Amino acid sequence: MNCHRVTIEGVGFWAPTMPGWPMAQAVLRGEAGPQDPPARRPAPQALAPAERRRAPDTVALALEVAGEAVAASGRAAAALPSVFASSHGDLAINDHLCSMLAGTPTLISPTKFHNSVLNAAAGYWTMAAGCHAASTAITAFEASFANALLAGAVQCATDDHPVLVAAYDIEAVGALASVTRSTGLLAVALVLAPGTTRPGAPVLQWQLEPGTTAAPAPRCEPARALATNALADALPFFETLACAGTAPITLRLGPALGLRLQLLG
Amino acid sequence: MPARIDPLRISAYTATTAAGPGRQALHEALRANRSALRPNDFGPHALDTWIGRVDGLEDAPLPEPWAPWECRNNRLAWLGLQCDGFLSAALDARDRYGPARVAVVLGTSTSSIGATEEAYRSLDADGRFAAPMRLPRLHTPHSLAMFVREALGLEGPCLTVSTACSSSAKVFGDAERMIRLGLVDAAIVGGVDTLCGSVLFGFNSLELVSPEPCRPFDAQRRGISLGEAAGYALLERAQADDALRLLGYGEASDAHHMSTPHPQGVGAERALDDALARAGIHVGAVDTINLHGTASAKNDEVEAALVARRFGTGVHASATKGLTGHTLGAAGIVEAAICLLGLEHGWCWGTPNTHVLDAVCGPQIRLEPQRRAHRVALSHSFGFGGNNCALLFGRTDESR
Repeated sequence: MNCHRVTIEGVGFWAPTMPGWPMAQAVLRGEAGPQDPPARRPAPQALAPAERRRAPDTVALALEVAGEAVAASGRAAAALPSVFASSHGDLAINDHLCSMLAGTPTLISPTKFHNSVLNAAAGYWTMAAGCHAASTAITAFEASFANALLAGAVQCATDDHPVLVAAYDIEAVGALASVTRSTGLLAVALVLAPGTTRPGAPVLQWQLEPGTTAAPAPRCEPARALATNALADALPFFETLACAGTAPITLRLGPALGLRLQLLG
Repeated sequence: MPARIDPLRISAYTATTAAGPGRQALHEALRANRSALRPNDFGPHALDTWIGRVDGLEDAPLPEPWAPWECRNNRLAWLGLQCDGFLSAALDARDRYGPARVAVVLGTSTSSIGATEEAYRSLDADGRFAAPMRLPRLHTPHSLAMFVREALGLEGPCLTVSTACSSSAKVFGDAERMIRLGLVDAAIVGGVDTLCGSVLFGFNSLELVSPEPCRPFDAQRRGISLGEAAGYALLERAQADDALRLLGYGEASDAHHMSTPHPQGVGAERALDDALARAGIHVGAVDTINLHGTASAKNDEVEAALVARRFGTGVHASATKGLTGHTLGAAGIVEAAICLLGLEHGWCWGTPNTHVLDAVCGPQIRLEPQRRAHRVALSHSFGFGGNNCALLFGRTDESR
């Protein structure tokens, strides 16, 4: 399998105990404790105050981490293609709509309905950023971050253009919580650029690794505490990134395929 | 502008729609320019509209090994796989390249949410899913692609694209990129969406559902008719004896509104330009267009203006949702199949149900099918969130 390289130009991270990448880096390195009391939900600056209040949690999370990663990259948000990902989409809206459909389907809110599409966050991001570039929304169950990273890295390499990758999941509520396991809020983002053009920025080498692979577990306690979120597959990579670790890790893309990742020191 | 890409071979393709299972049924309906819509008879709650429903799914349970994937959407996925020899073509690609060298990239808007809706109608006394329905892999949007990957025994990358009504058009882009980078040698692309309460009553809440069979681009159009469909294509690197090819694709964003297209069609036009650039052709090389044409007031107005502004009068443009209904996340692959049928058989299709074209339409938009051998077909797919995709397909000279 061929190796490919991308530069990580910007990082975004948000969890109630680690709101923002600088805080998350410190916590994941063991240099600081988790935020206490935890933050409730992010307030993405990309949205006007009224929109910020109205935005579903999925959208607030996605725009927060996307905004953080893009700001860190110094790139213009309007020029970046984007890959958004979520394991389950907006679980709160799905619970609401399915409850309504079981009783009074004609009373469904049109806003709730159009916010229920998996690409709602991508849509709000492109609107907030004034971005006409390609944007997509993907999902891959328990491997949604790994598959989003793969899709973004592939797009970055083939189009020879930087790409924003953002992934998020929220808490399962209502009856859905009896079948879908996800608690709390977690979101991550990366701005990937082709090749190794920016001195000082981390370079990620990646390749597909056929064969069955176990999902790596988060190492530190504050990361393990987030592992009940459906986006938990992102945590081991962001621990590695925070610690600038150069040992390779293999994320699970599916039952018989891994994504081998290594930061070049 | 993106760089030109090498075209990909389309080794096999299929579509199952309200017209019936497989290409033949769709081809006959297209030739007859007839509608396969019927008065809405779906689900426990009445809604005065017309739908494109696939017959027989209620009596077509999944084979025993796939029982944990049982739901209407996966039934339709399985029915679709068995049509037009697609299943054997996919298994043959697996055997030739190895299971890790074939990707699965499928589009869906709502996947198996119909099964989730059903679970909500029969919650237990504690307000939880009844025990037999607690299947985490079924109640998640990746359910469709996980099922298809398992049914085909594939081990390559497996991705669900869910960008509403552009989903199963954009899968061609993801697959092309993975093949170009050498990650895989072939890809199963496609999409499946089934009728469910979420979309019937969701689009109803937006006042977009028509009380009569939808009439794309008609002056008197009254909204959309929802439908369900499954479709697939097998993509491989181009070879000398290809008949049909993917020439290019373009993806772009409106950055305007969640459920209304950009009034000047900015995202749609950028998707078109990117598709032309990847194919390395000029707009004048396009012979026929399968329009997104939902029959919503705004989509058709914006799309008709784009066609009138960018294309010559010789192009034959039409919309086929009056036949199939709007199959949402499956619309991209269904309309790709309609383009491929036209290229293969030398027909440009009509616009079923539409009687009198809206004054915004230019001479490009045609109501009747026309026998016309051609080389390049374009398909438009536009989705909520301002998500646009354009696909270009070609028939090669060698095979004519």
